[in-house]
Amino acid sequence: MSNISTLTKGILKENPVFVSLLGMCPTLAVTTGAFNGIGMGLSTTFVLICSNLVICLLRKLIPSQVKLPCYIVIIATFVTLIQFLLHGFVPSLYTSLGAFLELITVNCIILGRAEMFASKNKPFASVLDGIGMGLGFTLALFLMGSVREIFGSGTWLGIIIPGMTGHTMSLFIMPAGGFFVLGILIAVVSKLSKRKPPKKLGCANCPNASACNAKCEEASS
Amino acid sequence: MNILTVSPSPHIKSGITTQKIMLTVIAALIPAIISGTIFFGPRALFMVIFCALVSMITEIVCRALMKKEGTVSDGSAMLTGVLLALNLPVTLPLWQAAVGCIFAIAVVKQLFGGLGCNFANPAITGRIFLLLSVGSDMTSWAVPFYYKHLPMLGLFEASGSTALDGITGATPLASGNAELTQLFLGNIGGCIGETSALALLIGGIFLIISKLISPVTPFSYLGSLAVLTFAKVLITGGDMTEVPYALLSGGVILGAFFMATDYVTSPITAKGKLIFGIGCGLTTFIIREFASMPEGCSFSILLMNLLTPYIDRLTKTKPVGARSASKERA
Repeated sequence: MSNISTLTKGILKENPVFVSLLGMCPTLAVTTGAFNGIGMGLSTTFVLICSNLVICLLRKLIPSQVKLPCYIVIIATFVTLIQFLLHGFVPSLYTSLGAFLELITVNCIILGRAEMFASKNKPFASVLDGIGMGLGFTLALFLMGSVREIFGSGTWLGIIIPGMTGHTMSLFIMPAGGFFVLGILIAVVSKLSKRKPPKKLGCANCPNASACNAKCEEASS
Repeated sequence: MNILTVSPSPHIKSGITTQKIMLTVIAALIPAIISGTIFFGPRALFMVIFCALVSMITEIVCRALMKKEGTVSDGSAMLTGVLLALNLPVTLPLWQAAVGCIFAIAVVKQLFGGLGCNFANPAITGRIFLLLSVGSDMTSWAVPFYYKHLPMLGLFEASGSTALDGITGATPLASGNAELTQLFLGNIGGCIGETSALALLIGGIFLIISKLISPVTPFSYLGSLAVLTFAKVLITGGDMTEVPYALLSGGVILGAFFMATDYVTSPITAKGKLIFGIGCGLTTFIIREFASMPEGCSFSILLMNLLTPYIDRLTKTKPVGARSASKERA
């Protein structure tokens, strides 16, 4: 895979939020405003790049039996770092992100990239992958935050939009509105990247396959 | 010449079509529309027509975008628009009413596959969407006959306009100080179509007589709410007029006859309908008594809509003479 496609695939084609549906917790929780979205996205990008690099460098030293605890320790180190940095330099963002900043540790995008990419590739490619995925995540959170902030509060990045005062719908900044916006954005991204739904849904990719014993296939046929 | 035609059942058709059912329900709502127009002025009628039009246009656009056959002629979109309008306060700004209609048709109905596939009643969900989005405009109730002194009979006066200052009051459900006769006639503040119990009962009984809706759902809903309120009066030692008051104020009559009886989102069997109605009554009572909102009718129906598939599974009718699988094995 060329370096350029490693970098760009995270932005639209394999966007962690809109295509892989990873990291739903921060996506839904902190995107009540565009600025929060950028803050959360860039913090995660920082952690993602650093942890990808370190995990990639240590990939031959970490035994596979204990790789998960090792990954978590590495990731948590960088999360603590960014937490102190934000607390010191951007205290307002630190307070508005709250517990979700610490929860970057268990963000499945970071663990997922560590497992899927960094543990199998060279350091330079891992850093590029981290940048691409991080920017894709930031972009997704920024889009979500913008839509929710514009329709829910009538502002964008804190700037009051003329004509929107008195025409806001508070549902958009409620949790339910987050799900609506996410669903609609996923639909738009699927349309833009021309993804088609699979013609036949089989049991192969179904998470409930073991529980249902192909009963749904019988029912539908 | 073929004398015998071989065809699968059904062999006898009643001639009732979806279109006929929808138009009959709209006809049954006419008394409520008239009473709303009397109490809240020409803007009420205008809102009903506006919502019906927006819903129908949304339906046409959605079906065209999805490249599916047009379904606007079945009248279901028109019914959703009319029902949603009757669930709105008369002074709601038009853009908000339009957003509610678009949400009801596009998101709740068409995204799930159109009529018959929607998991919840579109009109109820549209109302809840508006209630959560623009709560203050959705709960400012104009008092009856407020429009008499307004220019153009208040046709263009929406919430926020200075001409409307001082004409809104709390719904009698929250204030608790309306006379029962006025409640029955509908001479109280509230949504366009929910205030007049008399008009709604005329429409509801017409639907029951013409066998379009089963009496089980509305009566179990209203009955369970009455019994629960009665029990509450017995325990707390209040006034017995609280029972009719609970039934006549708020939107339960509109909900019980026109919303909870939606074919798509309510159970099929009579037993299921009974459970559905009692569940609605119970949830409405709990929300009214213990939650921070004065009215819980729409939320209770939405909740029971979501439970409908499970109720249907539990109350499946057995074919005559069928034995259960466990006995078969033994």
